[in-house]
Amino acid sequence: MSTIAIDKAGPRRKVKYGSMSRDRAWALRWSYFFLVVFVIFSLTPPIYMLITSLKSSAEISAATNPWWVFHPTLSNYVELLTSNQFLRFFWNSAMVSIVVVIVTMLISVPAAFALARMKFWGSATLATGVFLTYLIPDSLLFIPLFKMFALIQDLTGITLLNRWYVLLFVYPTLTVPFCTWIMIGYFASIPKELDEAAIIDGASWLQTLTRIFIPVALPGLIAATIFAFTVSWAQFLYPLVFTTSIDQLVLPVGITTTLIKGDVFNWGQIMTGALLGAAPPLIIYAFLMDYYIAGLTAGATKG
Amino acid sequence: MADVVVEHGRVAGATGARKRTSLHNALKRKSTVAFFLTLPLILLIALLVLYPALFSIHLATLNKSMQKFVGFGNFTFLFKRETFWMVVKQSCIFAITAVIFKALIGFIVAHFVHNIPAKGQRKWRGMLLVPWVIPPAMSTLAWLWLFDPSYSAFNYTLSLFGIGPVNWLGDAAWARFSIILVNVWYGAPFFMIMYLAALKSVPDQLYEAAAIDGANWWQRIWYVTLPMMRNIIAITTLFSLIVTFANFDIVRILTSGGPLDQTQIFATYAFRVGIESSDIPLGASVSLFMVPILAVAAIFILRDVNKRGNEA
Amino acid sequence: MADVSLRKVVKRYDDVEAVRGIDLEIADHEFIVLVGPSGCGKSTTLRMIAGLEDISDGDILIGGDVVNDVPPKDRDIAMVFQNYALYPHMTVAENMSFGLRLKHYPKAEIKERVTEAARLLDITDLIDRKPKQLSGGQRQRVAMGRAIVRNPKVFLFDEPLSNLDAKLRVQMRIEIKKVHQKVRTTTVYVTHDQVEAMTLADRVVVMNKGCIEQIGTPNELYHKPATRFVAGFIGSPAMNFVPCRLEDVGGSLQIRLTDRIAFTLPPARAARYNALPRTDKLLLGIRPEHLTESHAHLEPGVETFDTVLDVTEPMGMETLVYFGLNGTPICGRVNPNAGAKDGSPMRLAMDLNNMHLLNEATGVVL
Repeated sequence: MSTIAIDKAGPRRKVKYGSMSRDRAWALRWSYFFLVVFVIFSLTPPIYMLITSLKSSAEISAATNPWWVFHPTLSNYVELLTSNQFLRFFWNSAMVSIVVVIVTMLISVPAAFALARMKFWGSATLATGVFLTYLIPDSLLFIPLFKMFALIQDLTGITLLNRWYVLLFVYPTLTVPFCTWIMIGYFASIPKELDEAAIIDGASWLQTLTRIFIPVALPGLIAATIFAFTVSWAQFLYPLVFTTSIDQLVLPVGITTTLIKGDVFNWGQIMTGALLGAAPPLIIYAFLMDYYIAGLTAGATKG
Repeated sequence: MADVVVEHGRVAGATGARKRTSLHNALKRKSTVAFFLTLPLILLIALLVLYPALFSIHLATLNKSMQKFVGFGNFTFLFKRETFWMVVKQSCIFAITAVIFKALIGFIVAHFVHNIPAKGQRKWRGMLLVPWVIPPAMSTLAWLWLFDPSYSAFNYTLSLFGIGPVNWLGDAAWARFSIILVNVWYGAPFFMIMYLAALKSVPDQLYEAAAIDGANWWQRIWYVTLPMMRNIIAITTLFSLIVTFANFDIVRILTSGGPLDQTQIFATYAFRVGIESSDIPLGASVSLFMVPILAVAAIFILRDVNKRGNEA
Repeated sequence: MADVSLRKVVKRYDDVEAVRGIDLEIADHEFIVLVGPSGCGKSTTLRMIAGLEDISDGDILIGGDVVNDVPPKDRDIAMVFQNYALYPHMTVAENMSFGLRLKHYPKAEIKERVTEAARLLDITDLIDRKPKQLSGGQRQRVAMGRAIVRNPKVFLFDEPLSNLDAKLRVQMRIEIKKVHQKVRTTTVYVTHDQVEAMTLADRVVVMNKGCIEQIGTPNELYHKPATRFVAGFIGSPAMNFVPCRLEDVGGSLQIRLTDRIAFTLPPARAARYNALPRTDKLLLGIRPEHLTESHAHLEPGVETFDTVLDVTEPMGMETLVYFGLNGTPICGRVNPNAGAKDGSPMRLAMDLNNMHLLNEATGVVL
């Protein structure tokens, strides 16, 4: 009797499971289909950069299928990587970005530690101020900053405009607030007992920061470093406004202003330059994606 | 018991003064350290953010040669310019349209990524975030080349379907569309990643409970996912609104504001007027018009971020 | 090693007094446990001894020196935290030696002390692991090791066993006691668990609402609680409190619990309570183990009464029985073979030789 009952129930249940997994399978197929569409949309520009960079000028202006390379050549790469001018841009960019990253960390890590752990007069206000500063876009401040640097030059004779190192002063205004903000979050997530244990062990505030907090919040530190680097590397408006001489330019501005000669677009070289300019952030991203994403999402949480 | 406490207070009163000063010293030591740790930050914000912001207001009240105080002269001048109103309109249209599409696409893509087996998610997420990683000035150059009228890859592809060449950046309507498209391409991954993080933070039991209560797929999104993500959606949207609204790179590289200022937005217009035409006060005035809109968005973000902080 | 004194120590947060002027003398080598419900000020007191909180008033002395203004690192104390607070990026050995390294001890001595402490705690094999690779009990040992290597004057424990499961907690409790027997360092231990307090302490300090309710050895607290709070807090299941009053019946003193139930007090108790006004509202305090099943040969001072059980809980070696007396829920402990069943009538015996009588209004044990 009981076996018959099981036999009857068996197929019914199977059908139910079957329909569930069939729904699921369809949902999955649709998901993959749309993901492929969106990935194509996402990757078209970088892939097109790569395709174009492998073409000669002749092939670019020929009426062939632009989505395919018929005669691949590395001549664009050779030309750019042996051009002093392009290497100069690269060098300027690297120089500026690395120094800015170091300055940013030196400013924001101690500040974040103080704001996260040492409640002092005005600390809450300052933390809010840091966050608000982070929301101020570059396009709001470039004109007064430009005038400010011009005035400093008039008053003191210190030349800042049209020197690459002027960027060392302005980039931190973009990187420091965000890095401070996410470091506050990372530091605040460290249990209070850990610094108390350090205090009892005899560590001073600075020792607590350098020997406990920085090592423990290392993932946050890496995320903040990546952020500071990518922002510095990608910044376009400030160098466009503050630097004009060719030997003072950084990559993004250098590529857009010098490779476009009048109305003549040397697309092969422009795309090669753009790809080389995009390479450092892309490489960092490829190796440190999880830190990159952690930093990105940390901005919206207060820790 | 009560009078015992009072007595304690009186007995301890004598030593109280000494204690308070030493406690005061300890506090002072701590806040001195804190002060020095935050000093570079304070200086940076004060000298390179706060001061320029105020300086900008001062600049906006001067005439072109910056010799004379003109009060609201620059502003009234702008109000009479048709171009300026176009800039206002275009900035708002670009920002709002782009943010809506970024948010929608980001939300949909995040769902698809969340839907597939966890093992493969990393790979897809990695590819989908690429647009956000490339410096926008670089990727916009690629778009510029894709949009190129004569040798353009887009027009070539369309011609295969017999659709005539589109003047992507030369025609005002198409140029606006192109700018929004590039903005969406660049910004949607950010939404995707934020939503994905939020989706992962919704406990599975909630969905299971909703499923047991008989909620279908759509109801689960409406009654479980969206309310749980409400805050992060708000923060991301407002944040993106600020970034998109103040964006410079994309419009500058694609059209430089053309044709005939029909894609000009605040940032590019301020650059055109203030730097290229050397009318710094007028440029500063244009920039300042962004402040009210940015401020409103910032206030809402701050409210939501603080709320998140309290929830946690 | 040293003694610790708290003299009228007060901690005020804005207007709230978390600790209201407590006095406590802790002798050298002594193991003191501060116990009380959450928010009673026990942790704050410990943190003031550690120097992690400023004291608002009073004095704290360690080894005879006032340490009110001495920063934690100079107080020569070591502390074990509830969540262990191990440095996640350091190995066990590095965790234990961090304090010594900050004080620039010679390398050889650091190594010797760490090895010695690791041996004492049986964690020699774990010395190169990171905290993440350790179980809860092992982390707890490392946290203790970190305290031991410093060879401090005072050990401070802040609810160190709360994050462990019940079985491990018992094990670590014994471990802590063993370690204390070996190193004999003056110890202040904070817990909310009265069993931990009773089993570990030389003397227990029961705190409530920022005040010390009673200080005493575990046995004193159990048998001679000073207040209703202590009587109810120490012991599990908790002591029963039954509203009652005293009556004179034919020259002997009786205690009346309900209209039906009244017992004649044993002579020793009667003499003790005779002076009390008969009008006072009183509470009879009786522990569950002094409410047992009735049998033929009752000792003097043991009185019986009949009741109907509400619920019974067989525990194996005993059965807990619950019933009501005039609406007051009461718990008793009977022999598992006494035939106690849910809802059944039962005759119980109350041992009045072990009763307590409390003033209902003040909570003082009379």
